[in-house]
Amino acid sequence: MSVITKDVLEHLLWLSKLSVSEEEKERILTQLNSVLEYFSILDELEIEDVEPMYHVAGLVNVFREDEVEPSLSQEEVLKNAPKTENGFIKTPRMM
Amino acid sequence: MNENVKIGLEIHVQLNKLKSKMFCGCSTDYHDAPPNTHVCPVCLGLPGSLPTINKKAVEYALKVALALNCEVETRTHFYRKNYFYPDLPKNFQISQYDFPIGSNGYVEIEGDNGAKVVRIKRVHMEEDPGRLVHIGTIDRSRYTLVDYNRSGMALLEIVTEPDMGSPKEARSFLAKLRSILEYLDVFDGDKEGAMRIDANISIEGNERAEVKNISSHKGVEKALQYEIIRQRNILRRGGRIVRETRHFDEERNITISMRLKEEEEDYRYFPEPDLPPFSVVDWVPVIRETIPELPDEKRDRFISQYGISEALAKALTSDHKIADLFEDVASEFEPKLVAGWVADVLKGELNYRGLSLDVFPPSYMKEILKMLVSDEITDRGAVIVIRKVLDEGLTPQEVIEREGLRKAGESELETVVRDVLKNNTKAVEDYRAGKKEALNFLVGQVIRNTKGRADPKLARKMIEEMIENLA
Ligand SMILES: [Zn+2]
Repeated sequence: MSVITKDVLEHLLWLSKLSVSEEEKERILTQLNSVLEYFSILDELEIEDVEPMYHVAGLVNVFREDEVEPSLSQEEVLKNAPKTENGFIKTPRMM
Repeated sequence: MNENVKIGLEIHVQLNKLKSKMFCGCSTDYHDAPPNTHVCPVCLGLPGSLPTINKKAVEYALKVALALNCEVETRTHFYRKNYFYPDLPKNFQISQYDFPIGSNGYVEIEGDNGAKVVRIKRVHMEEDPGRLVHIGTIDRSRYTLVDYNRSGMALLEIVTEPDMGSPKEARSFLAKLRSILEYLDVFDGDKEGAMRIDANISIEGNERAEVKNISSHKGVEKALQYEIIRQRNILRRGGRIVRETRHFDEERNITISMRLKEEEEDYRYFPEPDLPPFSVVDWVPVIRETIPELPDEKRDRFISQYGISEALAKALTSDHKIADLFEDVASEFEPKLVAGWVADVLKGELNYRGLSLDVFPPSYMKEILKMLVSDEITDRGAVIVIRKVLDEGLTPQEVIEREGLRKAGESELETVVRDVLKNNTKAVEDYRAGKKEALNFLVGQVIRNTKGRADPKLARKMIEEMIENLA
């Protein structure tokens, strides 16, 4: 049983801004479906009375005070950017 | 005409009175700084960096939720909202989802037909994305520049129910919201980008369109006016409104269709694993204590305490700085007199110039009123003083001396009146012959010869007496 159809895959690729070849799509489709199938084992568990857990560490109310700390220099910030212009990071046109 | 229009607003408000950002220690004071100088590994989304929640940001959010009459969530946490866009360096935004800090509140506004309640659906916390600069117009630019100084600023998203029935009501809501936020001292609306608004609008029975990212209250009103016309025209021609996201072009005053909107499930929300949940409902009593008297309460108190009209009380209390100045000055002068000068004159002159009250301390108003009450300057002179103080940054005394606004004293006035009567014998004769208009002419001459410093009443009295005595 396939959960991920070709249409769903196309949509996911659009959301992730990825373009892949038709061959790869076939391969990814098979892999995604087998992963999801494996996870479907979890559907068999009875969890009606179990509180959802949102965080694994068991911590609560961890805060910092509103204090200013030094930032990076502009030079450091731009170091990893493929393209820059006047201190800005340059990206392809966005709509 | 707008009875079947429904408008809802989604307002993004920067908690820009905080010193540091939402999840890192970068300063919020970036407005005059070069791009990408107020960022660190956390707000730049570098791998391995860990966010920590700014406690004061949560306190501010709670304060706003309470002031907007919301219920407070007992236990809440952050989510990751995933989407790819260069304003988000991490490719997700830390936001809230199904447990917003506040929900089910309301705000009372001045509606088109009197007081009106606008319901608040939710108030939630999130981080601000970076700022995109488009070279040329948004639909034609060839590339995009990104500045992450804004990235990670503490943001509140305030969502209303579609309770506003006209663009004017939407604007009225925004003015009220801004006023409340500034009273709470969590927000400075004068800062660039402090408030950004998404407005959704539908004509009853049809789909709604959402206009994204409008930066001014006036822009919201204009965009909505345009949308009503656009949607009505489609319906008139028998077409259908499509549910879509639109962009407001502030220069052309039109809205343009944007990219296909992602569906909610496309954001693949999941709990932010780097931030533990928090429970702040215990803070409510303490935070409630810090909420000052809000605009509506202040308005009602001003009416009963100072005996001023509702209109004046509203004008005085919409801005907390104006309200404070009024109370300070009204402790020394007749409140009704002060109310008129502050609400009608000073506020009007400030608005006209787009200035905030910071440039006009209460001591200036006191000086001006003192001279007015003791008859040293005229009403007209007082208005000139206020204008010149605002325009040229002078003190009231400097304006009065430089412009010669001190009222003409009796002896000076006597000399002027005598001269005027001597040089206008025809008018004097006319007046004697019963022509009352001649008196107005003579008073006008006196005022002209003193460059407006003569008290018209006193001049009139002197002219009458002097003509009487000459006879
Ligand atoms: Zn930072």
